[in-house]
Amino acid sequence: MPGFDFSNYNRNAALHARGVPLPKATSTGTTIVGCVYDKGVVIAADTRATSGPIVADKNCEKLHYIAPKIWCAGAGTAADTEFTTALISSNVELHSLSTGRDPRVITCMTMLKQHLFRYQGHIGAYLVVAGVDPTGTGLYTVHAHGSTDKLPYVTMGSGSLAAMSVFESTWKPDLDRQGAIDICAEAIKAGIFNDLGSGSNVDVCVIEKDQPTQLLRNYMKPNERPQKERNYRFARGTTAWLDQRVISKEDMKKYVTIETLSGNDDLATGDSMEVDT
Amino acid sequence: MTSLMGNQSRGETIGYSFSEPTSANVKQHSFYPYTDNGGSTLGITGSDFAILAGDTRSTSGYNINSRMVPKVFRIGGDDETGEGAQVLLSVVGFAADGNALKEKLDTMVKMYKYKHGKPMSVSACAQRLSTILYEKRFFPYYVHAILAGLDEEGVGALYSYDPVGSYEREQCRAAGAASSLIMPFLDNQVNFKNQYIPGSGAGHALEAVKAEPLPKDTVKQLVRDAFTSAVERHIEVGDGLQMMIITKEGIEEVFIPLKQD
Repeated sequence: MPGFDFSNYNRNAALHARGVPLPKATSTGTTIVGCVYDKGVVIAADTRATSGPIVADKNCEKLHYIAPKIWCAGAGTAADTEFTTALISSNVELHSLSTGRDPRVITCMTMLKQHLFRYQGHIGAYLVVAGVDPTGTGLYTVHAHGSTDKLPYVTMGSGSLAAMSVFESTWKPDLDRQGAIDICAEAIKAGIFNDLGSGSNVDVCVIEKDQPTQLLRNYMKPNERPQKERNYRFARGTTAWLDQRVISKEDMKKYVTIETLSGNDDLATGDSMEVDT
Repeated sequence: MTSLMGNQSRGETIGYSFSEPTSANVKQHSFYPYTDNGGSTLGITGSDFAILAGDTRSTSGYNINSRMVPKVFRIGGDDETGEGAQVLLSVVGFAADGNALKEKLDTMVKMYKYKHGKPMSVSACAQRLSTILYEKRFFPYYVHAILAGLDEEGVGALYSYDPVGSYEREQCRAAGAASSLIMPFLDNQVNFKNQYIPGSGAGHALEAVKAEPLPKDTVKQLVRDAFTSAVERHIEVGDGLQMMIITKEGIEEVFIPLKQD
């Protein structure tokens, strides 16, 4: 069966009625913005993900791919923005294959709003959709309940007021590419510093006609962690343990098949993870 | 059993036959006098000093009220600068209650000095603060207070309080928004919890690392690391770090910038 699985709905509603709280979703209490310029459009986002007052991810990606020349910035429930944009991206690709034309931003926006309206706001995705298509440049906001706006500059998320103050005080018509990037980055920074739900770095995406789309990941890093004063490496043997068991590769072969990869590290590693030192 | 749809359309919560009956169509108005202004504080003692520290951010919801609202105060000073004080107080939680509490304790300690012609001891001040808090048992000061000074032997003394006056003398204590992030770090780095002497035995026979008073410079470093780390993971902590160090020479106050995002 396609779509969502509602089989636990009644049980969970009953539990909730008896005082069991709802599980806490990771929300991207966020600042996201978009701005059109003479030849294209820029969208930008901060990189903080929160769960209540706790920072869940210091450098998450809120700029989502829809099509090569259509991108989406997402605020609200992290999982909803992720899955909704992935679903629409998939359908937009199929649609473009079936029509033999490049996908349009307005098509994508319409698909998003119809999907979100059907779920009456329960899918908590607040999006900024932007791109260029054969009809020109497109920039829209889509709210979780399904309403949309078409404007030359937009902001969304908990930092939207801080970001909009930058647009309302410094935006002017006929911006060039760098001018649009600058105003978007400045708007995100206003969100990062004045809204507690937003923080860390600035991500930017530039979409222009006849030009490859540029995702400028961590375009600005205005919040690097200062060096720690002390070293917290423990001497070997500091942690207590009661038992140790060594399982050799020979023993493991009794239960599973082991294939050794070549000594080349590049083949055996996935994406490396950022860790504090 | 009422239907799901019928109930929701009347703007009530979903009702089940087995759920508690809710009083229908009664609208309750209420005034809630407290707000949470976020922030965090921390105190650590040594053999001849005590440190109290707090961040300087004041928040409400997702907004920053101010980036410079100190949470650590000198108590019982000779003038408004706090000169001559021998006790420190930090308050975190509801800032308005924190200020009221500070003013009240400050007045009490001054009155004591005028009446008795000698400064109040830290242990006496600690007991007085407990009484002040418990006086408002049924309309509490919404704060977590920490009191610091030097005891009669000149050893660092630290007392921590709950909002209604239960208190205890401790070696170290973290309070406020990021207390659950900082306190485990302090347990491990100040009292050496979960640390054993390498090679001192096996299993339960391992000998634990003994906690002893740390030197002042080490404690200062731990405080700074505790706060820079809390800033990374708690949205209500940031902007600035205020540190007050009390020794027999007097009180040293330092401000260090923290991340502003």
